[in-house]
Amino acid sequence: MEKFTTFQSRAIPLDIENIDTDQIIPARFLKATDKQGFGDNVFRDWRYSKNGDLNEDFVLNDTTYIGSILVAGDNFGCGSSREHAAWALAGYGFRVIVSSFFADIFKGNALNNGLLPIQVSPAFLKALFTQLKANPETIISVDLEAQTIAIKDSNLIESFDIDPYKKTCLLNGYDDIDYLLSKKDEILAFEAKSQHIAIEH
Amino acid sequence: MKKTLFDKVWDAHVVDAIENGPQILYIDKHLIHEVTSPQAFNELEDRNIPIFRPDQIVATADHNTPTLNQHLPIQDTLSRHQLEQLSKNCTKNGITLFELGHKYNGIVHVMAPELGITQPGMTIVCGDSHTSTHGAFGTIAFGIGTSQVAQVFASQCLLLTKPKSLRVTVNGKLKPGVLPKDVILYIISKIGTNAGTGYFCEYAGDVFENMSMEGRMTVCNMSIEMGARGGMIAPDQTTFDYVKEREFAPKGDDFDKKVAYWKTLPTDDGAVFDKEYNFDAADIEPMVTYGTNPGMGIKISENIPALDDASFEKSLKYMDFKKGESLINKPINYVFIGSCTNSRIEDFRIAAQYIKGKHKAPNVTAWLVPGSKLVESQIIEEGLKDIFLEAGFELRQPGCSACLAMNDDKIPQNEYCVSTSNRNFEGRQGQGARTILASPLVAAATAVEGKIIDITKQLN
Ligand code: SF4
Repeated sequence: MEKFTTFQSRAIPLDIENIDTDQIIPARFLKATDKQGFGDNVFRDWRYSKNGDLNEDFVLNDTTYIGSILVAGDNFGCGSSREHAAWALAGYGFRVIVSSFFADIFKGNALNNGLLPIQVSPAFLKALFTQLKANPETIISVDLEAQTIAIKDSNLIESFDIDPYKKTCLLNGYDDIDYLLSKKDEILAFEAKSQHIAIEH
Repeated sequence: MKKTLFDKVWDAHVVDAIENGPQILYIDKHLIHEVTSPQAFNELEDRNIPIFRPDQIVATADHNTPTLNQHLPIQDTLSRHQLEQLSKNCTKNGITLFELGHKYNGIVHVMAPELGITQPGMTIVCGDSHTSTHGAFGTIAFGIGTSQVAQVFASQCLLLTKPKSLRVTVNGKLKPGVLPKDVILYIISKIGTNAGTGYFCEYAGDVFENMSMEGRMTVCNMSIEMGARGGMIAPDQTTFDYVKEREFAPKGDDFDKKVAYWKTLPTDDGAVFDKEYNFDAADIEPMVTYGTNPGMGIKISENIPALDDASFEKSLKYMDFKKGESLINKPINYVFIGSCTNSRIEDFRIAAQYIKGKHKAPNVTAWLVPGSKLVESQIIEEGLKDIFLEAGFELRQPGCSACLAMNDDKIPQNEYCVSTSNRNFEGRQGQGARTILASPLVAAATAVEGKIIDITKQLN
C-alpha cells in the first residue's frame, strides 16, 4: 500500500447526502475478477445518461473542478459492502474523501486501500462547500501525522479522528494481513483452547 | 459484570488486543461468493500466502447467476468467467462450493442457515453487507470488504474495534397482516438510516420472541439498512428447534452440549446498552417505501411527508412522487418476491395463501425467485408452484436476481417495482428503475391488483 503522510490538492464538491455504494459503482460493473478499471465507471449513472451521453451538469464532468479530494454530503458510502467502491474512487484518482459522516464498512474499505476518509464537523463541511463554490481553485491540505485538514490561505482548519492503528498503517504503508500473520502463534493458541470453535461443516 | 448477548459472543472470540487499537477477532465461519472473493484470492496468491483454514469457508454462487435455464452455459462472458474463477479458486484451495445447479446452491444468507452452517454463538463473516441476517441465531455476523476477505483467508481473523451496543425493543402483539418485513421497515423509518452506525444491534421483546426463524432473519437482514454492522436476537427454543437435524448442525450428544452453551448466551438482566429504542407493536402497520433509501418508509395508509430538504426532494423526483401524496392506487407493472430478505419458504407460503384462487393483473410482470434450491424444492413439494403458475406468476430459479440486477433480471427504466428486497437505491434494480420496498403480502396483493392497495382494509 502507498504511504500517506501529507497531501494537498484542489477538491471536487459533491453536495449530495446518503451517497450509497450502488451510486459509486453500480452492480453491473462488478463482474471483473481483478481490481483494475473500476475508476472508469465511478458514479457511472450520474456521469453518463442511459444512452451514454456525458451529463455535463454532473460535477465530475465540470472542468471548473479538478483535484484528488472529494468533498461529499453526509453519510457517504452507505449500502452495499462492495470494496469495488473504494477501488473505483481510488482508481479515478481520489486520495481523500471528506464528509460529515461515513458508513462503517466503506470507511474500513477506504482505509484498506490507502484512500483517507476524513470526517469533519457539519459546520466545517458547509464552509468547505461554500468556499469551493466561491473559489473552485481552493487548495485543501491534509496532514495525517497532525490529523488536521485545512483550507489553504484561510484560517479554516479542523482536526480529525483516526484509529491510531490505522494511522500507523497508512503512515508506513503497512496492511492488516502483515500484522495478522505476525500473530499466528496467538491465533493457534486461541484455536487450541477455544471450546466452541467451528465444528466441521 | 452484566453482559449483553453481543458481549458474550464477542469476548469469547478475542484472540488478542492491540494497545489503543483494534482487537483480533477469531472468525468461525467465512462465507464467500463469486463477486467479492476473486480479488482476495489473487491477493493471497500474489503474496504467496496459503489459505489458513479452508475447512471453515463455504462458497456459493448467487449474485451473478441467471434465474432461467441454469443448466445451460452462461451467456454473458464476464459472468461466466466470474463463476469459473470461483470454482477454480475453491477447487485449488479445498473449499466446499455449492455451485450453480448444486442441490444446496442458493443466496449465501439463505443457504447457510437452512443447512445448519449458521449456529448460535458463532462469528460469521462474508463479503456482503447482509451477512447481518445470520444474527437471527444469536450469532455475530457482519459484512466485510474484499481486503478483509483476504485477511480472513490468511489468518481466520479480523482486526476490529468493538462496536457500541444498541437495543431495539418491540413489545405487544402485531396486527393481522403485519409481517417481520413491516416491523423492520417501521423501525428504520423511525430511527433513520444511520442511527445504527458504529453499533451492533440486539432486537428484544415479545414481537421477536414470538417470531419464526425466517421472520427473525428478515429483521436482522435489514440491520445494515439502519447503519448497524449487524443485528442479533437471543437464541431460544425456536432457534434450537430450527437448527436441530439440519445437514451440518451438530448431532446427538454434541447438539445437546451446544444447546447447554447456547442457553448461556442471552443478555443478562440489567446489562447496559449504549443506546436503546422502544416501540409498541400495536403502532406497526403494513409498510411501503416511497423514496430512495430504506428509511423513507410510511404505513401503507399514510401519505408521503412534506419535508423541505434537498436530498428528500431529489429522492421524490427520482421516484416521480409528490409530497403529501398517497401511494394507494398507484399503478405498478413489476413485482419481485425474492432476495435474502424475503425468499424463504415462509415468504412464499404467505404469498401463495393470498394469491390462491386469484390471478395477477394483466399489466403486471411478477417474478418469484426462491432463495435457494432447497426452498425451490419445498415450493414444489408443498404445491405452491401450481398456485403461482395458475395465477400467472413466474417462478424462476434461485439467486439474488432483481435485488441487485447484476444478471439479466432488471426492472426497466422509470418503471415501479414493488419488491421484497432490502434496498431502494437509485438504479438498484436496473438503471432508472424505481423500487418500492414491501412485505411479501403487500407484493402479492399489488401483483393481483396491478396497483398498490390498502391491504389493511382487506384484513380487517
Ligand atoms: S439477495 Fe440482494 S441483498 Fe441479498 S445477498 Fe443477494 S444481492 Fe445482496
